[in-house]
Amino acid sequence: MPRIAGVDVPDKKKIYYALQYIHGIGPKFAADLLAEAQIEPHVKANELTEQQIASINAILDTSFLVEGALRRQVQQNIQRLRDIRCYRGDRHRRGLPVRGQQTRCNARTRKGRKKTVAGKKGVKG
Amino acid sequence: MSRSLKKGPYVDEKLYRKVEKLVEDGRREPIKTWARRCTIVPEFVGHTFQVHNGRVFMDVFITEDMVGHKLGEFSLTRTFRGHTNKKEGIKSR
Repeated sequence: MPRIAGVDVPDKKKIYYALQYIHGIGPKFAADLLAEAQIEPHVKANELTEQQIASINAILDTSFLVEGALRRQVQQNIQRLRDIRCYRGDRHRRGLPVRGQQTRCNARTRKGRKKTVAGKKGVKG
Repeated sequence: MSRSLKKGPYVDEKLYRKVEKLVEDGRREPIKTWARRCTIVPEFVGHTFQVHNGRVFMDVFITEDMVGHKLGEFSLTRTFRGHTNKKEGIKSR
């Protein structure tokens, strides 16, 4: 089992897809990375030589932000918005959509599961 | 869609000149403004603006982190006091 970027151990799949199990690497970065390391995308992950894995790790260290570092970066960006008391920070704090979506209905991803309000329907004016 | 880089950031001309004047005089006093759409540029850091939110002027002290945002982002236009509680009835507003 190859170890790439710390603890990630994708296996048995083509390296192009195995790489995408790492947080922060999608189809684009996987392709870029393999091109830079000069590795065939269709080689299975467990057929890679030590040297090839080392070269992938080296490139990851220098030019990509993945896993913990990436998560921290994202958190920091959100924290910054919160700290400067701006509108977007406020939306993050309240757990509402940040980018101007409507909240009259839906927006369940941000608001979480429906919280039913008892007796709402019957009450008028 | 974000603004074209070719144009550069939008900064309210009048407001910018006002800040320049304050810097020249070495003074630091709040500037009343309605220019919510004005981008915050590094020159604004350390100054206080009173940004109109449609009703009152809200004090906004500019820190370094705020550069690149618009003045309006810091002067909220809506008041949300929470939903009414059925037991307590409509709260007095």
